[in-house]
Amino acid sequence: MKDVTFGQYYPRDSFVHRLDPRMKFLFLIAYIVAIFLATNFYGLAVCTAVLIAIIALARVPFGKVLRSIRGILVLLIFTALLNILFVDGETVYAQWWIFVITREGLLFAGLLSLRLVLLVLCSSMLTFTTTPVALTDGVESLLTPLKWIKLPVHALALVMSIALRMIPVLMDEVDRIKNAQRARGADLDRGGLMHKIRTTIPILVPLVLSALRRADELGDAMDARCYMGDKHRTKYKKLHFTWRDLLAFLVGAVLITGVVLLRIYLPAPF
Amino acid sequence: MRIVAEHLSYTYNEKSPFETAALHDVTLTIEEGEFFGIIGHTGSGKSTFVQHLNGLIRLPASLKHAKKHKAKKGQPLPPAPVLKVGEFDLSDKKTDFRALRRHVGMVFQYPEYQLFAETVRDDVAFGLKNFSEKKLTEEEIDSAVCAALEVVGLDFDELKEQSPFELSGGQKRRVAIAGVIVSRPEILILDEPAAGLDPLGKKEILELLHRLHREWCKTVVIVSHDMDEISENCTRAAVFSEGSVKYVLPPKELFRRTEELTALGLDVPLTAKLCAALRARGIDVDCDFTTEDFADKVLAYAASHPKKEGDA
Repeated sequence: MKDVTFGQYYPRDSFVHRLDPRMKFLFLIAYIVAIFLATNFYGLAVCTAVLIAIIALARVPFGKVLRSIRGILVLLIFTALLNILFVDGETVYAQWWIFVITREGLLFAGLLSLRLVLLVLCSSMLTFTTTPVALTDGVESLLTPLKWIKLPVHALALVMSIALRMIPVLMDEVDRIKNAQRARGADLDRGGLMHKIRTTIPILVPLVLSALRRADELGDAMDARCYMGDKHRTKYKKLHFTWRDLLAFLVGAVLITGVVLLRIYLPAPF
Repeated sequence: MRIVAEHLSYTYNEKSPFETAALHDVTLTIEEGEFFGIIGHTGSGKSTFVQHLNGLIRLPASLKHAKKHKAKKGQPLPPAPVLKVGEFDLSDKKTDFRALRRHVGMVFQYPEYQLFAETVRDDVAFGLKNFSEKKLTEEEIDSAVCAALEVVGLDFDELKEQSPFELSGGQKRRVAIAGVIVSRPEILILDEPAAGLDPLGKKEILELLHRLHREWCKTVVIVSHDMDEISENCTRAAVFSEGSVKYVLPPKELFRRTEELTALGLDVPLTAKLCAALRARGIDVDCDFTTEDFADKVLAYAASHPKKEGDA
């Protein structure tokens, strides 16, 4: 399991990596809005071009980014099929029983699939270029207004960052426990479902115990250093907007405007 | 069973930004019957090496090895890695790794964290049941577990129904060790067996290892960074540094090299330090660096050199 890079942060020193995480979040939101405002292929083509530019700028291998589609592949195929087979339209290409394949259906399926793909790729670009810690910092900062309605924003962000922080630790732990049980002859790599379920117990029990122990220790360590929540707390790494973020903001704004204009002046799918 | 390793290399997270070399061209032979020590820093590759020995880390297949080095033309192919444990050839994919693991017991660091069963008996029996060819009867299990617990110094009748999580730290570690040796491995590998124990617990664990070496497992390999542990116990020791083997020597010769070891960032046993200090004052004590031998030799020296007038 050591070979699995956790989350998917892909370390590089690029323009995109250096953007303020808050800006990346806002840009992602803008991008998603743009995707759904685009009702024709022109708009989506612009979105695609922007995404390709982002990936190239971030210098993350395209193959690696494309692989993140795998997670939604089933959903993608399913929705595409539904749209192809059931959407009614004027130009009918083929008809069988309750299924109709129409020009409109094909176009709609293509549009929707492209949207889904762009959505997933752009979100995964956020995690490719932002460390989990920077992400939670960004979330905390963006959610700060919610403190007005007494939402414990700081605590939530802390929980999130501790959880993220602990995932690689626990993965290592799983590795260690697995190896220890393998050394005692546990057959973890073969067998049917029932066998698999039975073999998880010798891994799960020590793992849960170790997670609880770690939580206890971390709590004590935080107490020992007088952790009191976010009152009077300063930050080690302050987030700053720079010219890069201004640029990203402008690109986002232009993207939305452009897509809206395309929607108004070229309303047809083609 | 003899352990033969030649030209062993290993890299974690190969071809990713997280790539780190753990082993580099390690060649090492451990004879049957040895009490072998492996010394090194954190990250020196010692744990990676021992995990190779029971197939938890696999060797790259020989074909892949050839392919990987084809790219560099004009250079001779680096020698293919070899790893053999007794009859088992670990570079062969078809090797029965489970059979190998029965012969090579592995006690990880803090083995008490691998306990999981409801009772001590079930936990110790886990490995036994996994490794046995046929289904064992309850009596067979009881007798094997009883023997394993006895050799680690625990009472079967008292503990068998207890939860392993209710035991003290030292007892937990013993139960965990019993869970490994219960299948009677010929080679026992222990990664920092005395880590986190108090001096008395340390002493007891080391005595236990000697007992195991005498009565139970032919070969014992311990990984440690405690030089006293190595000097007091091992027949030979290998020093790992940055993924390769620097020395393989009996402790007696190894710890004469105080300067070299210090340069590698390693400590030497207290006795070796004292010897070096005495030598600096012109007193040459030739001992094998165990506490007892050191004391004997110093006393012998003192007896043969009666205190002169005016000596400090």
